[in-house]
Amino acid sequence: MQRPRSYALWIGGVRDPGSTWFLGSLLALSVVIAALNLLVPESSALHLSRYGLTLIGKYLCYAMLALAVDLIWGYCGILSLGHAAFFSLGGYAIGMYLMREIGPRGVYGDPVLPDFMVFLNWKSLPWFWHGFNHFAFALLMVILAPGIMALIFGWFAFRSRVTGVYFSIITQALTYALMLAFFRNDMGFGGNNGFTDFKDIMGFNLDSDRTRVVLLVITAVMLGASYIACRAIVCSRAGRVLRAIRDAESRTRFLGYRVESFKLWVFVFSAILAGIAGALYVPQIGIINPSEFSPINSIEVVIWVAVGGRGTLYGAIAGAILVNYAKTYFTSALPEVWNYALGALFVLVTLFLPRGIVGLLPLAKGNHAGKPKKDVETFIVPAKTPEPSSE
Amino acid sequence: MSLHTKRLYIEDVTVSFDGFKALDKLTLYIEPGELRCIIGPNGAGKTTMMDVITGKTRPDAGTVWFGDKLNLLTLSEPEIAQAGIGRKFQKPTVFEALTVFDNLELALAGSKTFLDTLLARPSRKQLERIDEILEKIGLTEQREALATILSHGQKQWLEIGMLLMQDPELLLIDEPVAGMTPHEIERTALLLRTLEGTHSVVVVEHDMDFVRSIAKRVTVLHEGRVLAENYMSVVQSDPRVVEVYLGG
Repeated sequence: MQRPRSYALWIGGVRDPGSTWFLGSLLALSVVIAALNLLVPESSALHLSRYGLTLIGKYLCYAMLALAVDLIWGYCGILSLGHAAFFSLGGYAIGMYLMREIGPRGVYGDPVLPDFMVFLNWKSLPWFWHGFNHFAFALLMVILAPGIMALIFGWFAFRSRVTGVYFSIITQALTYALMLAFFRNDMGFGGNNGFTDFKDIMGFNLDSDRTRVVLLVITAVMLGASYIACRAIVCSRAGRVLRAIRDAESRTRFLGYRVESFKLWVFVFSAILAGIAGALYVPQIGIINPSEFSPINSIEVVIWVAVGGRGTLYGAIAGAILVNYAKTYFTSALPEVWNYALGALFVLVTLFLPRGIVGLLPLAKGNHAGKPKKDVETFIVPAKTPEPSSE
Repeated sequence: MSLHTKRLYIEDVTVSFDGFKALDKLTLYIEPGELRCIIGPNGAGKTTMMDVITGKTRPDAGTVWFGDKLNLLTLSEPEIAQAGIGRKFQKPTVFEALTVFDNLELALAGSKTFLDTLLARPSRKQLERIDEILEKIGLTEQREALATILSHGQKQWLEIGMLLMQDPELLLIDEPVAGMTPHEIERTALLLRTLEGTHSVVVVEHDMDFVRSIAKRVTVLHEGRVLAENYMSVVQSDPRVVEVYLGG
């Protein structure tokens, strides 16, 4: 009765067909994109434009955000409706570095102060802007800002056993509160204009296709690495504890697991992934402003995950890319119907495809990550036999 | 009172919900290795008593000690579970999305922190232990099956198996045979009797035939107090017990 189960953490986690397909296509995508942009001449119909490059980069960042949400929602049942906040915090952290990189090339030509501070008549750099002239410091903040925010928020929420819809509502409140705070000019983050007009990153011109291709490839690599890390978590015993918490929280507690601590770890990890996604997003898109915190953004992420297929990881990525591709198409072709289409898509998927789009694929069969379908109950014992009660 | 250590001491425990006394100065002792059945009408406080022992409900007054050394009222639910008290809920709660093997693996004794479980592998000894429990609960054939396909009775046994994995000194079992077929009830009785002697087992049950088949001593709860405590045959003929419960 020895089971053929692979316990090798990192490699064993990505041996399933879904992972192979996903990592393979990600690699192929990176190579093809780099070639189509850099090697194919602009005159050719096959040339990938700057616009196309930005668009694909955006999709990959969103895919990473969706992956972060699927890890906690699909596997641990924590429905965060505030993950765009962690994404934006990561984006703002890298944005501060990019603003400092502009240096004297701003409209007002101040050697240190970003334009918006000169405009507000500020004389010196606020304390929390120090250090952001160093790229490494900014990277550290990309991890720490969302990580610490998630740690504090999660510690209070999970310790008080806030779960289900109540948790979702307070995550909406969190992202809304951050949006209002970042809208204020005196917060020191550029108010409603946010940060834009970036010039370069680590000395590389952001206006060159070469830099943009490298950023895109880094995004693809980070997405692949995040995927492997998430797979390693969900395939470990800790991952099975997460699913146990999702399906029977108090039973898990009575087995001696500190449920709050598991939730907190995975929530913080997920927030950091979202932050890294945001940090990859901002240099490619070229702008970050408080509207990124708006509550609707976080809800959209959940829709991507649901459409793609919750609790599979690659489903979340597929969902993010497909829905955003549809959004790009519809918002230019039929802008007024997009919101209805998105709503309808969510309702239809929930009703008819509870396992999302990847649930249709044959390779998703035998994946035990999601809640198993009820119709596999084949060994049901006849219902309760009435026993004569004793006198 | 004798000088030897009892497994569990519950003394003068009172729990009230909005003025209603679910437990009213309840005093109860469980001996090491004893199999004790607790019966009583609905609302007698059976489940509340389990909640107090496992740390889910804090009493308004009274003391609860596990052996001589552990004051259970100062410990959290996971700490109580780690200390060696396993609880089986009335409704079978197993992890349906995981295999039978995985269910038992999660119940293994050992470190249960996030970082440790991230890298944990069952050792050869632990694998043997899992197979031994599978044998005991009769689910060896279903080792790799998802728990969701198990029958109601099999889920109950799996849950008892999960408790046994932790090798608890005290097992609290809430209505183990509710909804079982007569054949399953028989097997459950057999399983519980094999635990007697090595574990203290407290069974809350409504099914009188089942209680008669496994119990030596029976405690009858009524309105949050112990109404009677004796051998099943004695308790059955106690007029007070007959009035509140059995005679009904």
